[in-house]
Amino acid sequence: MAAVESAALAPATGAPQPVVEVRSVSKFYGGGVHALDAVSLEFREGQLTSLLGPSGCGKTTLLKIVAGLIPADGGEVRVKGRSVAGPGPERSFVFQDFALLPWATVLRNAAFGLELRGVPRTRREAVAAAQIAKVGLGGFEHKYPHELSGGMRQRVGLARALAIEADIILMDEPFSAVDEQTRRKFQEDLLELIARERKTFIFVTHSIEEAVYVSDRIALLTPRPGRVSQVIDVAVPRGADRDAIRRHPVYLDMVESIWGGLKQYVE
Amino acid sequence: MTGESKAPRPSRRVRRQAVLQIASILLVAAGWEIAGRIPISPTFPTFLDTARAIVAMLADGSLPLALAITLVPLGIGIVVSALLGVAAGVAMGLERRVEWLGLPLFIVLQAAPLAALIPLVILAYGIGITTKVIIVCIMAMPVIVLNSFKAVRHAPASLIEMGCAFLGTQRQLILKVILPAAAPVIFAGLRLGVASGFIGAVLAEILITPTGIGDIITYNQSIAEYPAMYGAIASIIAVSVAFIKVLEWGEVRFFRPEKKGT
Repeated sequence: MAAVESAALAPATGAPQPVVEVRSVSKFYGGGVHALDAVSLEFREGQLTSLLGPSGCGKTTLLKIVAGLIPADGGEVRVKGRSVAGPGPERSFVFQDFALLPWATVLRNAAFGLELRGVPRTRREAVAAAQIAKVGLGGFEHKYPHELSGGMRQRVGLARALAIEADIILMDEPFSAVDEQTRRKFQEDLLELIARERKTFIFVTHSIEEAVYVSDRIALLTPRPGRVSQVIDVAVPRGADRDAIRRHPVYLDMVESIWGGLKQYVE
Repeated sequence: MTGESKAPRPSRRVRRQAVLQIASILLVAAGWEIAGRIPISPTFPTFLDTARAIVAMLADGSLPLALAITLVPLGIGIVVSALLGVAAGVAMGLERRVEWLGLPLFIVLQAAPLAALIPLVILAYGIGITTKVIIVCIMAMPVIVLNSFKAVRHAPASLIEMGCAFLGTQRQLILKVILPAAAPVIFAGLRLGVASGFIGAVLAEILITPTGIGDIITYNQSIAEYPAMYGAIASIIAVSVAFIKVLEWGEVRFFRPEKKGT
């Protein structure tokens, strides 16, 4: 019923339509851990939505359920109106620990999603090389992951996620394993990417500043069991000067008020 | 320019490495020579005498012939152990039911003093080549199976998850993610298995019927020709080391290109 409604309503409204819908998704882990409790959320096209919360709030679990990597114990995930139970070609994933094949070159790693799809070698390598250049790793195509810094490795992970031309990019704390300077550069580059590509981004982070900086919307999750406590539309103006964002009063107030709301859950 | 300034460094490192490796061999040879001259035992020949014995046996063709004879059951046994062992270990690593079926057997085999089984194998299969192949296999197989099993079972979960997220099929995950990730530990098992296989082959030749290298060892021991006996032992060790080096090369060449030059 609800599916018919949203499909019928979506084209009529001017607002970006939900590409991914999470409907009362619950998850229990062995040992009685209640990770997610009837979480419902919408993710709109062309926007970056952050899942923000303290550790243990199930935000990575929720992202992996959307990715189809772990099954939900209740509720459903709809992608473009269709209920999904596993990974699909319209969704792509960027991993916290990069998940690069150590025995494969940058080029093969970036092309790996296409390789698994059976795209012929010359074509997939051309696509991957273009993405490698886009993420700023041109010239490193024939290096191996252990020869790269953490930040460069995550750029390979990003190139791999972009190479398969999915509409939905799922990012699991993608910048948490890189140093602070690299992380800032990544956040700036991510804003460029969102502006350039009309894709839907779902972004997991535990950093309030990062969430406010990169997001269009932020879903705040409470810990155990994970529930959505608040969905915030971020209204920080993003001009040409990316550094000005971090000094903007709206940015600073929003960081402050989110911290005020999350403080009670931090022991 | 930068290429030139960088070039001498690796070559100097390679040279220093070679010098130290040769020094290591010379130190052992010198220690052996001194121990043989004291002598620490009347049956312990000097290094130089042993070297002369090896040269003599090479010259009259007896050593190459003996090695060729030994290598037949050894080669068959190692190839069979490697193929069956890796297949069994990988299957156990991929499928719990196969693990429960096979793992207890190989843990017992690895813990058992397998040389004690040799008389039983002789009873069952006589003193021919079959027995020798079986002895090489029971020495080499358990460590190959157990390493392959552990390597596959401990393939990084995040890489497998990545393969799933990018829509890899079961077959692709095994061939393109799990097996390459497991290759270093599988090859470590193969190296240990090959070394055990050599032990098994020589043991079989000494305990069952003296043929090949085992024949040279036992014959020269019985006529107190100790340099030739030690020479035969040294030569089989050299072949074993060469075998393991070839395996290492194959691993880096075909499975782990990122380790080249490290």
